[in-house]
Amino acid sequence: MKFTATLATLSLVAAPALAGEIWVSNEKDNTLSVIDLDTLEVTRTIPTGERPRGITFAQDHSVLYICASDSDAVQVMDPETGEILHDLPSGEDPEQFVLHPDNRRLYIANEDDAITTVVDTETREVIAQINVGIEPEGMAVSPDGSIVITTSETTNMAHWIDTETQELIANTLVDSRPRHAEFVKGGTELWVSSEIGGTITVFDVETKAEIGKINFEIPSINPANVQPVGFEFTEGDSHAFVALGPSNHVAVVNAETYEVEDYILVGRRVWHMAFNGDRSKLFTTNGVSGDVTMVDVASRKAEKTIKVGRFPWGAAFRPTN
Amino acid sequence: MIKAAFRAAAFLALGSGVAVAQEPVTLDIQYLRQEVPPPPVLSNLDPIPADLGIAGAEVGLADNATTGRFMGQDWTLTVTSVPEGGDWAGAVETALAASPLLLIDAPRDALLAASDIAEGSDALLFNVAVEDSDLRAGACRANLFHTIPSYSMRTDALVQMLRVKRWEDLALVAGQNPEDQAYAEALRGSLTKFGMELGSETEWSFDADMRRSASAEVPLLTQDLGEYDVLLVADERHDFGRYILYNTWLPRPVAGSEGLTAEAWSPAVEQWGAAQLQSRFTEHAGRDMAPRDYAAWAALRSIGEAVTRTGSPDAQDLRAYLLGEDFELAGFLGRPLTFRPWNGQLRQPIPIVQPRALVAQAPLEGFLHQTNELDTLGQDRGEAECSAFD
Repeated sequence: MKFTATLATLSLVAAPALAGEIWVSNEKDNTLSVIDLDTLEVTRTIPTGERPRGITFAQDHSVLYICASDSDAVQVMDPETGEILHDLPSGEDPEQFVLHPDNRRLYIANEDDAITTVVDTETREVIAQINVGIEPEGMAVSPDGSIVITTSETTNMAHWIDTETQELIANTLVDSRPRHAEFVKGGTELWVSSEIGGTITVFDVETKAEIGKINFEIPSINPANVQPVGFEFTEGDSHAFVALGPSNHVAVVNAETYEVEDYILVGRRVWHMAFNGDRSKLFTTNGVSGDVTMVDVASRKAEKTIKVGRFPWGAAFRPTN
Repeated sequence: MIKAAFRAAAFLALGSGVAVAQEPVTLDIQYLRQEVPPPPVLSNLDPIPADLGIAGAEVGLADNATTGRFMGQDWTLTVTSVPEGGDWAGAVETALAASPLLLIDAPRDALLAASDIAEGSDALLFNVAVEDSDLRAGACRANLFHTIPSYSMRTDALVQMLRVKRWEDLALVAGQNPEDQAYAEALRGSLTKFGMELGSETEWSFDADMRRSASAEVPLLTQDLGEYDVLLVADERHDFGRYILYNTWLPRPVAGSEGLTAEAWSPAVEQWGAAQLQSRFTEHAGRDMAPRDYAAWAALRSIGEAVTRTGSPDAQDLRAYLLGEDFELAGFLGRPLTFRPWNGQLRQPIPIVQPRALVAQAPLEGFLHQTNELDTLGQDRGEAECSAFD
């Protein structure tokens, strides 16, 4: 009897928490797949420009920004209708971007041009272009909005951009092929993943000095295939979930000790990820298998696989209630 | 002698670049080419690019310079192309006087001559052209690194694929040129290494124009080879091999120098971010990136990575770093590239391709190694018999 009651309570709590959608960009289909979190099914497939990769919503989720890399544009979509409202000038080959806390400035990595472009989403004008290293990709912004990071894959650096002057204030070396960056713990730490180096480098933001290095090792998997790419933090930044590319696993890292606590098997070539609204579920994009894995954050178990388009790349959560 | 210098835009953007705390360094890389008359081949379809190799070095230089502008590094590339019968030794002396870091794009004899001339100096040479396996073994040189894979690395890669596919009944048609013979020899070695052997083989000895008579001659030639799963072709000049495909007596795939090939690089490589390198290269050179371009790019980028990580422009410091465990190069092949400390060969995955797609990439799954699976390709420690690196 008690057991039943607990189950009932659980499902009552769980139902509203899952309300919403996970939006996924399909790099080789030129579409977005929209997963409904109540049914865990793809309810809409929406055409985009060529080679959609990075996607992010405006703060109020009224519009979705899409890096249409091979169309050389950032597209602005109405998520209700799926209609492209307009394009933003993005510079060539936009791969990934970050929306400034002012909800207005987009900082865009132009992968083929070694440039970070700053676009005003209201006036639709380019505010600045900043020379960075070869193949910029990972983008992050500090919570107070003062610093934007671009990581460059071939130069192997995190470039620190002052958002007042739009100029570089520091360049810090990381391991080979940095892919993703995040500010954590109230903006006091910066984490940068290195795909080929197989590490995450942790910086103290104040001093810009390296204070930690996270290594990954999965038994019986070739270390060369353990390639950290996208990562996201649980509520309170206590743990990081790290996509490990062709090892087909997500690592759970204790953000205090920098120790890996778990490895979770997901789909093939896991790339980026997004949480649902209360961060109880994690959705990973699996490029090679063309699907999304839902991971339960508390139990650290993969619960469901959802088929999407070809080469899913980016993911973003949209509340619907 | 054609001589051209490229000064990359290293300091142009310094206004927006804040250097990491390192002493400013200036690096001049010498690219030395001994020109070779293009061998006569039957087809006119694929001319050898005039800037083969050089364009790869230029893209590598630009990559280094972009990083360099954040590090206070100034990079230049000096290309010297010595015509046939020209003063090669003099060109090597001149290059060594300018810089201890040389890329050598020359046939075997000229490569070894350059290594001899450089002996006793601190100079470090990178072979971007010669694939002879013995240069990674008994004939190795302490001052000579190789970024181009050896014949045996390529044939080991291909044979791994044949093994995985269980295409184990094999026939060979080999050309008579020294490079064809070297490739065929490497193939035989790889087959032995992975427990296979040739069922039959024949030499290509026709001197007719195959554009007209392939359909008549090739069926007869291949009929004599009997039954086989795959026909291997050793034709490293790309002379007759292209006329073998679809003209064989039996309907069988062709692999080796033609058909399914294992190469350091190919336009079909697009995974692991390779599309970006391909597009940077194509934009720069107006053509596809060839294996020699990739070897030159990898040499430049290896030097660049070593300079950035050590902060030193000293060739011997760089040599020690490149051979050490901390060095790794992201080479768009899905795994870090490193140098074999026993012979100076760049460890690299080998793409196995047909002209329009990647088919597999060696090392294939299941080919295990006690330290690094990439060492299932080419001369492993112990079998290399190279003492110059001890």
